Amino acid sequence: MPKRFASIWFRHLLTDWKAIRQTGLKGKAYVFAEPDHGRMLITALTDEASKYGVTEGMTVADARVIAPDLQVFDGKPGRNLKLLTGLAEWCLRYTPLVQVDPPDGLLLDVTGCTHLKGGEKAYLQEIVSRLKAIGYDVRPAIADTIGTAWGVARCATSGLIIPEGEHRNALMPLPPSALRLPMNQLLKLRNLGLHQINSFIYMPNAVLRRRFGKDMVLRLQQALGQEVEYLFPLKEPVPYSVRLDCMEPVRTRTAIEIGLNDLLERLCKRLYGEGLGVRSAILTWYRVDGKNGNISIGTNHPSNRTQHLFKLFFIKLETIAPGLGIELFVLDALKTEPVNDKQSEIWSARGGADSEEVAELLDRVAGRIGTAHINRYLPGEHYWPERTPEPNTNFKKKPESDWRTDKPRPMQILDNPERIEAMALTPDYPPKLFIWKGEQHIIVGADGPERIEREWWLEPGEHRDYYIAEDEAGRRYWLFRSGHYNAENNQHWYLHGFFA
Amino acid sequence: MTATKEEIISKLRHDMTRWEGFRPPQPGTDNDLGLGPVAAAFPYGVFPTGAIHEFISNCPEDTAASGGFIAGLVQKLLGNGGACLWISYTRRIYPPALKLFGVDPDRVIFVDVPLQKDVLWVTEEALKCDGVATVICETKDLSFTESQRLQLAVEKSHVTGFVLRKDVKKVNTTACVTRWQIRPVRSQLRTGMPGVGHPRWQVELLKVRNGRPGNWTVEWKKLDFQTIIIPQLTEEARRYA
Repeated sequence: MPKRFASIWFRHLLTDWKAIRQTGLKGKAYVFAEPDHGRMLITALTDEASKYGVTEGMTVADARVIAPDLQVFDGKPGRNLKLLTGLAEWCLRYTPLVQVDPPDGLLLDVTGCTHLKGGEKAYLQEIVSRLKAIGYDVRPAIADTIGTAWGVARCATSGLIIPEGEHRNALMPLPPSALRLPMNQLLKLRNLGLHQINSFIYMPNAVLRRRFGKDMVLRLQQALGQEVEYLFPLKEPVPYSVRLDCMEPVRTRTAIEIGLNDLLERLCKRLYGEGLGVRSAILTWYRVDGKNGNISIGTNHPSNRTQHLFKLFFIKLETIAPGLGIELFVLDALKTEPVNDKQSEIWSARGGADSEEVAELLDRVAGRIGTAHINRYLPGEHYWPERTPEPNTNFKKKPESDWRTDKPRPMQILDNPERIEAMALTPDYPPKLFIWKGEQHIIVGADGPERIEREWWLEPGEHRDYYIAEDEAGRRYWLFRSGHYNAENNQHWYLHGFFA
Repeated sequence: MTATKEEIISKLRHDMTRWEGFRPPQPGTDNDLGLGPVAAAFPYGVFPTGAIHEFISNCPEDTAASGGFIAGLVQKLLGNGGACLWISYTRRIYPPALKLFGVDPDRVIFVDVPLQKDVLWVTEEALKCDGVATVICETKDLSFTESQRLQLAVEKSHVTGFVLRKDVKKVNTTACVTRWQIRPVRSQLRTGMPGVGHPRWQVELLKVRNGRPGNWTVEWKKLDFQTIIIPQLTEEARRYA
C-alpha cells in the first residue's frame, strides 16, 4: 500500500491559542514578543496585526509606532512545542502515527486511515472543522511524501489533496520555500531569480549540490519521494493494542464496563492465539472535551483470561471521570510474555504459591494496596536477625539454602528493639529481672548468651548478646545486651522479641 | 422402641448440625492436625477445616503464643499443597520462627496492608480463592457482619481461615466456628535443669460450634502438639499473673 502523509499547518498557533484562552481577543491586532539582546522582538502575530505592516522579527517599539492599538503579550520559548504535543495527542484519534513538526505543524501518517472517515476529503474536512471549532486556523494537505504534504499545506492555495503519484506535478508551481530550506538558501535562490521549483527541478543534482549544498538536494529528493524519509511518532506504536470507537459518547459505568469487556475479549483472543499473556496493560480513554486519562494494571503472571484482567481493571474503574462522555477507548498491552503450559500442572490438586489462582489473587490485592506490600521471604545468608529473612517478590524462586532451626527464634519481633531496664547478677549472666513499659518481670529461667556479631562489612556498631528469658508467668522474651558489660553504665539492655 | 427413639434423636442432631452449616469431614481426607485430646472437643472429633477460627490476644506475648499455635496447625494444613497467606496491618511476625513450627517460611506470602480498613477486604478475597490452603489474618476488630462475610466466603471455597485479634478490649459475638485464647505458661525441663524448655501454652477453647469448649495445657515438641495433663500448679500461677 503506497504511503500517504498529511501535514497540518497551524497558521497562527500561538495567537489562536491566546484567543481561545482569552475571549474578546478575536479579530484584534495583537502580537507575542520575546526579549532578545535587550529589546522585545515580535515572534507571533495575527492577520490583523500584519495588515498594519507589522512583521515577525520587528521590535515592539517599531511596531507600536505603525500600529498604535497593538496589544503585546509576553511569549515563552517552547510554548509552541508544548501546544503541538497536546494537539498531536489529540490527533491520535485519527491515526496512531503522529509527529510533532516544529515550529507550527503536525505530520500524520494516514496510510489506511482515511477510509474510516469516508475518504481523504472527508477525513481532512473533519480534522479542519474540529480544530476550527476549538479555535485553530489550520491548513492541511495530503500527499505521497512528507515533503510534498508539508510544502502544499504551506504554499499552495488550492488542491490540498494531491492524488497518488501526482506529487511531482504539484510541487512544480510552488515557491522554493515549500522545500523546508533554510533562509540563506531561499535568499540565494531568490537572488538567482528561481522563484518556482520548476525552474530548478530539472537541473542536475551535481549542479544543485555544488551551488546550494547537499541539504537542498536531499530536501528536493525527499519531496519527490526519491529519498526515504521517516516519521518519528509521538508514541511508539504498541504491538498489542485494541481500540473502541464509541458511536455515541459513553457516560455510564455499565457502558464503560461493557466497552472494557469487549476490548479485553478482543485482546485476549489475539494473545491466546499467539500463546502470550499480559504482564502490564493500560486503558486510555479520550473524552469529548479533549481531555484524556488512563488506568494501568500489572500482573505477576502472564495472563490472557478476560475475567481476570477485567477484575483487575474493575478495582480501578472508579477513577474514570467520564465528564461529558468518552468517545474512544484504547487498550494497550505494554508488556507481554509467553504463558506457561497449563497442561503440566493438571495433576496437582492444589498448587503452591505460584499457582495461577494465587497469582490472580495477588494481582487483585496488588491492584488495591500496591505490589510493594506483598512479600515473601527467602533464607538470607546473614547472622544478623534483621537480615535473616530476605524479602523477595519472585514467587517462583526456590530457596538456595535451608532455614536454620538450630537456634530458637522468637515468633514476634519488634522492628526497633525497645530499651529495657535490666539487672544481671554477674556480667555474663542473664538478667534477674527487667522492667518493660513500667511492668517488672522476674526471670525464672533463661538460656544464653548467643552472641551475634554485627556484620561489619555492612554496618558498624556493637555486637549483641541474646538471652531467652522466661518470667514467672511463663512469658518468654528475647532480650539482648548491646556491647560488652560495662560496670559504670549497664543501661544497654533491649527487648527484641516474644517467643511462642 | 427406645432404641428407635434414640436413633431418631441422634439422626435429628446430625441433621441439625448439617443445617447449621457444618459439614462432616469428607472421607479420605486427613484432617487430623495432631491435636490429640483437644480434638475431642470438636464435632465428630475432627478439627473443622474450611471454617473461620478466631484467636483472642491481649498482649504481644499472647499474640506470639497464638502465632505459634496457629503455625502448628498450618503445618498440617499445608501438607496437601496450596498457598498460605499471612495478612496483617502492623506485622511483627518473624518468618524464620515459622520453620520451628514446621512451616516453610518461603511458602508463606506476607501481605502487609498499609491501611487497617483494607485488611478484611484482602482477607475476604484470599478466602474466596481456590488455590489457597489457609489464610491468617491479624486484625484488631471484627464485627459480627464482617465475620459472617468471612464465614460465607470459606463455605464455598473450603479454605481454613484464622483470625488473630490483637489487643482486644471487648470481646463481641462473631460468626466464627471457634474462639480460642492461647497464653504462654511456664515451660518445664527435667527437674534440676536450668534454662527454658519447649514452648508451652494454656489453650482455652472458649467457644466451639456443636462442640464442647475446654481448657488444656499443650506443649510444642518435636514438631507436634503434646497435651500435658494436670499441671495444676502452673494453672494457679497463670491466674495470679
